[in-house]
Amino acid sequence: MSKSKMKRDYSVKTFALELLMIAAGLVFLVPFYFLLANSVKSFGDLLSNAASWPSTFEWSNYQRAWEITRFPEAFMNSLLVTVVSILLIAIISAMAAYRMVRHNSRTNQFLFMMFVAAMVIPFQSVMIPLVKVAGWLDLADSRTGLIMCYLGFGAPLSIFLFHGFTKSVPLEIEEAAVVDGCTPYGVFWKIVFPLLKPMFVTVVILNSLWIWNDYLLPSLMLQSAELRTIPLATYSFFGQYTKQWDLALPALTLGILPIVIFFLAMQKYIIEGITAGSVKG
Amino acid sequence: MSRKAWSQLGQQLFFVGPATFFFTLIVGIPFLLGMYYSFTDWNGVAGTVAWVGLDNFKAIFTNGSDYFAAFWFTVKFTVVGVVLTNLFGFVFAYVLTKPLKLRNALRTVFFMPNVIGGLLLGFIWQFIFVKGFSAIGESTGWSFFNLPWLGDEMTAFWGIIIVFVWQTAGYLMVIYIAGMTNVPKDVLEAAEIDGASKLQILRTVIIPLIMPAVTVCLFLAISWSFKMFDLNLSLTKGGPFKSTESVALNIYLEAFQNNRYGLGTAKALLFFVVVALITLIQVRITKSKEVEV
Repeated sequence: MSKSKMKRDYSVKTFALELLMIAAGLVFLVPFYFLLANSVKSFGDLLSNAASWPSTFEWSNYQRAWEITRFPEAFMNSLLVTVVSILLIAIISAMAAYRMVRHNSRTNQFLFMMFVAAMVIPFQSVMIPLVKVAGWLDLADSRTGLIMCYLGFGAPLSIFLFHGFTKSVPLEIEEAAVVDGCTPYGVFWKIVFPLLKPMFVTVVILNSLWIWNDYLLPSLMLQSAELRTIPLATYSFFGQYTKQWDLALPALTLGILPIVIFFLAMQKYIIEGITAGSVKG
Repeated sequence: MSRKAWSQLGQQLFFVGPATFFFTLIVGIPFLLGMYYSFTDWNGVAGTVAWVGLDNFKAIFTNGSDYFAAFWFTVKFTVVGVVLTNLFGFVFAYVLTKPLKLRNALRTVFFMPNVIGGLLLGFIWQFIFVKGFSAIGESTGWSFFNLPWLGDEMTAFWGIIIVFVWQTAGYLMVIYIAGMTNVPKDVLEAAEIDGASKLQILRTVIIPLIMPAVTVCLFLAISWSFKMFDLNLSLTKGGPFKSTESVALNIYLEAFQNNRYGLGTAKALLFFVVVALITLIQVRITKSKEVEV
């Protein structure tokens, strides 16, 4: 829309609408005000009035929460599990989808159907026996085991997304590469994989939001305190310090900070990824 | 086998093998095992697992009233949650596709709660309902804020609804915005020139043209609310008196708190059947809509 048109369209009614939306936006931000303002209050201050601006700033709340939740450790665990999982999911899903599109055999048709059908299965219908299987295979209480679980759960949707996208990659380039003496593996890694980049970003974004925030699967897989991810550390912290809001609120602020920063920095890609990936029912 | 066949087998294993392996191990086998365990008395600890036939299912249907209470709560929550979050998402999108000066900032604000996980959101809101609302109530005197938030069945239900809508409306807004920006400008201008009112344009031009987005948003919202777990666990933990226990939470507690794994897997199997049925109906509806267009 051109500037002049925008000016003409900006009527009194639009201005009123703008004010209304700003009010709605402020209501949406109120929870963050409560969280941040109270996270720096002393316990007494917090109990007497939770809505007021802090009378003193107790930054030591953050220091205590940082130490008790072992924040650096939880952060590194979350980061490690999320980054390794999303990269591996994207790679193995891109590979599988590529082969299924280019080699549409009976087997691959069946496998693709299976992946699509599996998107219907709720996590609760798998989790109880999964704990047992993880025990048999010695995957319990290890980050490797947790990452392997994410590969299994993440593959169906990611394969589905890559499958649709790979179909739009023109076959001619691949044929030309084969004529030039490229192996089937070379064709994929050197030619096709770079072309899948837009969908790679979508898959990585969708999976990173899910895995970073996931509580249930890590809670079933991990027991050791030193392996805890941020949601696990927050949950166990709440068990020990129920109603100690002067510790709980800074811990929650620390917990949401990384993902909020990630969102603000990557907003464009996240919004694009959601629009492109909004197919799962 | 010829060289070509070996090469094909090698490629098949290399490309499709890893994803199929992890999927089978982590989802396939446990899912099938779950079907088997739902006919057993498995308690997660004892070495022996005995076949009990349909006993678990009989237990669910006769004295398993907590399961049906959880189902009823989940259905109520899904209906109210899906309608409200779509309504908010749609209105936000509709207004924020107009030339507002702050529209990008407002889109960011409405979307932001969505990137935070349900577990942490639930804890944050627990504080707001218990301490924040009463503080607002004291200074304004509005009775809405002086209700016993999360303390009785009614406020616990609406408490979860409020947080759910706050969390998910922005996501649906993004999808609705994508749909609305794809509505051709000349169609809108033609309708305007023909003297159609804003409401008429919305009803007869915009909504029919963004039906694919509407379907996606409805499905997403149904899927989220029907399988809600994290938010439920951290905000109310199913209370007070199990009145806000979702099916997902009920299954979890049955297995990992009561250590009745067999019964838990039976409940999970029924849950799967219901989720699969809902999805089938959704796919049917989408397919028939596509034919019309």
